[in-house]
Amino acid sequence: MSSTDSTEIAKTDESSLASDLDKSLSDSISKKFSNVEIAYVKPDRIRVNVKKEDIIDVASFIRDELNFDHAESVSGVDYPEDKQIEVVYHLGSYTDTSLDKKILALATRTPREDNPRPGNDSTKLPSLRDVFPSVSFHERECFEMLGVYFDGHPDNRRLLLPEDWADMPPLRKDFRIKGR
Amino acid sequence: MSSQVYPKDKEILPGLQIEKVDDRIMTLNVGPQHPGSGHMRIIIKVDGDYIVHTDPDPGYVHRGEEKMAEYRNYITNIPHLERPVIHDSCNILYPYCLGVEELLGLEVPERAKYLRVIAAELNRCVYIEYWLAIYGIFLGHSTMFMWPVGDRELLIDLLDKMTGARVTHAYFVPGGVRNDVPPNFEDVCLRQVNYFEKRLKEYADVFYDNPILISRTKDTGILSREDAIKLGTTGSVLRASGVDFDIRKKEPYDVYEEMDFQTNVLKEGDSYARSKIPWLDMFESCRIIRDALKKMPKSGSVRVKLKPKPKGGDTEVYRRVESGRGSLGMHIVSRGMPQPYRLKISVPSFRNLIAMPHLLTGEKLGNMPAVYWSLNYWPVEADR
Repeated sequence: MSSTDSTEIAKTDESSLASDLDKSLSDSISKKFSNVEIAYVKPDRIRVNVKKEDIIDVASFIRDELNFDHAESVSGVDYPEDKQIEVVYHLGSYTDTSLDKKILALATRTPREDNPRPGNDSTKLPSLRDVFPSVSFHERECFEMLGVYFDGHPDNRRLLLPEDWADMPPLRKDFRIKGR
Repeated sequence: MSSQVYPKDKEILPGLQIEKVDDRIMTLNVGPQHPGSGHMRIIIKVDGDYIVHTDPDPGYVHRGEEKMAEYRNYITNIPHLERPVIHDSCNILYPYCLGVEELLGLEVPERAKYLRVIAAELNRCVYIEYWLAIYGIFLGHSTMFMWPVGDRELLIDLLDKMTGARVTHAYFVPGGVRNDVPPNFEDVCLRQVNYFEKRLKEYADVFYDNPILISRTKDTGILSREDAIKLGTTGSVLRASGVDFDIRKKEPYDVYEEMDFQTNVLKEGDSYARSKIPWLDMFESCRIIRDALKKMPKSGSVRVKLKPKPKGGDTEVYRRVESGRGSLGMHIVSRGMPQPYRLKISVPSFRNLIAMPHLLTGEKLGNMPAVYWSLNYWPVEADR
C-alpha cells in the first residue's frame, strides 16, 4: 500500500481543509497555555497534547471557555518503547450547536513501569472526574486495562475484569495472547 | 505472579474486599444469572422497599475485543468486531469501516453508500424490536414480547436476502459492502417495510397507550436535561431528556445528509419517554429506507478492491455513528502496520451505564426493571 509519502500529502490536505472554527479553537488553547502542543487540526478533529501536571487546568478551560461538556471516550494507548502510557480523552459538546461535529482529543502521558503494580507505582494521572463527570467509568476501565491509577478518582476499582485477575493489565503490549 | 498481586491492606484476595454488615440495609445481587439483569450484576442495597445504593458490575461477557483487534489485520477484524451486539452488527461495523476508509484513503462507491444506509436502518429496527420485546416481557406484558419478535422476522428476512445471514452479517467492509443485493430486492424491501410500519402503529394501542404501562413507567427514573448532558449519556436516553442530538443529523456520514427524516426528542426524561423514543425512531428508519431505495443508483459497483493486508499511515482517526442505542465511536491508532496499533470502541451502552446508579438510587425496588431496561442497555456491548 501507499507508504509514508501519500500519508504526508493527506495530512497537509486535511489541515488546509480544517475550518476557521477549528483553527480558532486550537489557537485559543495555545494562546492561553504556553506548554501545550497542538498535535493536529483536521476537519472537526483537534488533538491537544498536554503534560499531566497541566491537564486539569486545560480541561477546565476547555469546559468553561470552549463549551465542551462531555467525554465520548477515554482510550489508553501503551507505548513500551517510549516507556510511557498515553491516555486520550475525546471530548464533545451537546449544548453548543456550532461544536456538534467537533471532537477535541486531549492527550497526556504518564511513565510506565516494566513490572506493573497498579495503584502503587509511578503510572498515575490526575483524574478528570471533577471536570467531566462522564469520564468516571471510562477511567475505571483504563485503570484495570492499562494500570493507570487516577489520582482523585474515588472509585479506582475493577470494572470488567474478574475479581481474581492477578496478571498484568491486559491492554499493555507485553501482555500477549496465547498462540499469537 | 506474586509481584503482580495488588497489595492493599483491606483486601484478602486481589480485588476482594471485606464489608461491614448493617442490620437495616440489605444487599441484593441482581444477576448475573437472573435474566432480569441480562448478563450483568447490579449490587443493590435496599432500605425497606427503597434502593439506597446501586453498584453496577458489568464484565461477565467481556471478550477482549480491543485486544483481539490488535492481532488481526484490518479485514480479518470484521467478523469478530460485530460480536458485541449481533442484532445491530451493521451499526457497530459502521464506524470501523468509516475509520479504516479514512486511514487508507478509500472512496466508497455511490451505490454502496445507499446499501449501507438501508442495512444500517434495517439493523437498527431489528435491534430495537429485540430490545422492545425484552422490555415488554420484564414489565409482564407478554404480548409485547411476541409481537416485536414476530415482526422482527420480516426485517431479518430482508437482511438475510441482502447479506446471506440472519444475524452477524459481516456485511460492511472497508471500501463498501461485501456483495450486491439480489435483483428483486427493492420491491420485496418496500413491501415488507410498508407492512412493518403498519404493524408498528398497532403497538400504540397494545403497549404505549396501555394504562398499566403508563402507570409503571411515567415519572419513574427521571433524568434531567442537565444530568443527561453532564453524565455524557447518548442515544435514546439523551433524546428522551430533551437534548436534540443524533449523529445522523449532526455529523452526517455516507448519504444521511440527503435522507428525509427527523429526530425524535421528548422532554420528560422518564422511563416512559425513554421507552418511546426507540419506537418513534423505527418510523423514521422506515422513512429513510424508502427514501434510500428511491434515490439509490440502480446499478454500479458496491466495493473497492483492496490489496491484501492494507496498511494505514502513522496517524489516528476517531469516527462515530448513531447506532440503535446511541453514538458509537471508534478510535483507531495506526502505526503503519496491517493491524491497528490500538482500537478503542466507545460503545453507547457503556456510556449510558453511568446513568444507572444515578437513576436507580432512590427508586422503589419494584421499579428496577422498568428503569433499567428503559436505558436501552445491552450488557454484551458494554463489556466488549
